[in-house]
Amino acid sequence: MAEVQANDHGGDGKKNKQKKQTLRVDFTPMVDMNMLLITFFMFCTTLLKPQTMKIVFPAKDQVKEEQDNKVAESTAVTLLLGANNEIYYYEGYIKEADYEKYDEFLKQTDWEPIGEPTESIRQYLYSRNKGTYDQIEELRKQMRNQQITEDAFNEQVKQIQDEAKKAKKAPTVMIKPSDLSSYMNMVDALDEMLICNIASYAVMDLDKGDRIILARKTDNQEYLTEEERKDPKINK
Amino acid sequence: MAKVKVKKHSTFIDMTAMSDVTVLLLTFFMLTSTFVNKEPIQVTTPSSISETKVPDTNMLTILVDPSGKIFMSMTNQDQLLATLEKVGDDYGITFNDKQKATFARLKSFGVPIESMPAFLSLTIEEQDKKMTHKDDPNIGIPNEDTKGADGTITKSSEFKRWITYATEENKELLLAIKSDKNVPYPIVKKVIEDLRDLRKNRYLLLTSLKTASAE
Repeated sequence: MAEVQANDHGGDGKKNKQKKQTLRVDFTPMVDMNMLLITFFMFCTTLLKPQTMKIVFPAKDQVKEEQDNKVAESTAVTLLLGANNEIYYYEGYIKEADYEKYDEFLKQTDWEPIGEPTESIRQYLYSRNKGTYDQIEELRKQMRNQQITEDAFNEQVKQIQDEAKKAKKAPTVMIKPSDLSSYMNMVDALDEMLICNIASYAVMDLDKGDRIILARKTDNQEYLTEEERKDPKINK
Repeated sequence: MAKVKVKKHSTFIDMTAMSDVTVLLLTFFMLTSTFVNKEPIQVTTPSSISETKVPDTNMLTILVDPSGKIFMSMTNQDQLLATLEKVGDDYGITFNDKQKATFARLKSFGVPIESMPAFLSLTIEEQDKKMTHKDDPNIGIPNEDTKGADGTITKSSEFKRWITYATEENKELLLAIKSDKNVPYPIVKKVIEDLRDLRKNRYLLLTSLKTASAE
């Protein structure tokens, strides 16, 4: 390959001696150098470009009461993120009288795609959001097959989600990461919202009722605040 | 007896093909990869299905380490320098040109403003060495507000000042939060609460890619 056949008509015509010379270029040092460079690039660079997830938090000065009332009881779902990657959920709102009956509404679930033996959070959210989910996935398929543009897709998704919200079919999810949960849990929870095509969700702090039922369910006082731990009514 | 003719084999291996392959690989790596940014701490970001790419410009990354220490990096070095001067002004600290030049070269920073001039006067090796002492109170941008007796904020923290001035410099600045997946939530919450205090409600959470579907 790297040889050049050189026909050297050397000497004078009298002898006419054809001297065949092979010009070979040795590529070994070149390979050495390239290997070195490759090694350098492999160690010093990364192929993965990190992804980002957009999130909007409500402004602090917005009136909280007003916001809470907006969510209809029938569509409200609260996710409580506990210690050791545990996740619990309940539907609707809890009243003070219900704190004792936490076992009736507070359900433990898990992060697996398909939960065993209990329903996973993804399965639950999917079942709650089925109609909307299927419609959106149908559209997504069309977009992948380039039947509709991305802009049209986004517009139609918004329309579907708005309609479902008006009809009170789509759930509104309140993600409440407890102080014992990790950052990953919150991102995972947000991820489930994206996977299940849930339009309305928010990250919030736990309120008193959430902390109490969580502490009772798991028998872990660490969920409670200092004062709540001292309160004999709460901490029995 | 017949003479056995020993055939002389050339040991020369043609490396051209090999060279072709390596050059190809090299080109691939050069074109597809990005350089690893030198960061004071190594974090494993949580994975997500979100496919939004990290923007290349107008980004301020807030790096939060498991003990709650904060480091920052910004894509635009000029704006970062202007921010440094403003934050320095608040604390009556000025920087000379050499220190500013060093600061502009830093990929990410995280020292209290009081120790910034001393830190910038160190050589790069010394800076790296200092950054490895994680228990040092002089590492990480302080984010504790000074509060009055009634709980109101009398003096906002250095972290808040950095964010305020950086967003003043660039109105379109995107705030990205980068944190390890095992960081306890209250630590991230503290950072988010601080940002919400400043009426910054939109963030990007840096994640790595994973695939999933609901069915």
